[in-house]
Amino acid sequence: MTMKLVYFARVREALGRDSEDIDFPANVRSVSEALDWLATQSPNHAEAFADRSKLRFALNQRMVKADAAISGASEFAIFPPVTGG
Amino acid sequence: MIRVSIQEVAFDIAAECAALERTGVGALATFTGIVRGDDGVTAIELEHYPGMTEASLVSICEAAKTRWALAGCTIIHRIGRMETGEPIVLVITASPHRTAALEACAFLIDRLKTDAPFWKKEYRGDAVNWVEAKASDAARADSWG
Repeated sequence: MTMKLVYFARVREALGRDSEDIDFPANVRSVSEALDWLATQSPNHAEAFADRSKLRFALNQRMVKADAAISGASEFAIFPPVTGG
Repeated sequence: MIRVSIQEVAFDIAAECAALERTGVGALATFTGIVRGDDGVTAIELEHYPGMTEASLVSICEAAKTRWALAGCTIIHRIGRMETGEPIVLVITASPHRTAALEACAFLIDRLKTDAPFWKKEYRGDAVNWVEAKASDAARADSWG
């Protein structure tokens, strides 16, 4: 199933794009497994996702932890810790 | 009454307060965040996650309404580029009593800092860098339990 990946702030700039459509392999089940797989796709992805402590995630626009299952989500966002206010 | 707005234009604090005064409550508390010019910052730029940001602000307001007797709350957050000294965020709470209004207002801005998907860039003249999240902000948000 195709999932829409969306990127914000430093992650968006590191990847040079604000979104991409991804078909994850069936063995990719969690957010952290998805990051491992994405990091193999290009040097930019590897660098953008190297420091997991600087990343936060949302599935279908709800914040989740790295161990959350991605199945059923249509939108998967990856971004730095938030800094509004 | 919950009102949230993400907007580029400046907000009108008096008009926003007047809207909540019409709920007939005894207390309004307001917080205004302003772009600080310390450390050589000349401007900032705010990015957000359209859709999720609005939903997260509504969710923060709903959480406040379960904890305090609120007749209403308003959160307005600006996006785009703002110069030093410009207002960036407005939080208003309306309650029959001051304690609830003041506490809920503090809760809302603390939670907004850690839960709402906004990202801030700082400009120092031509130099630009992303602002890092502060551990102290996370600690303040966590202190509400």
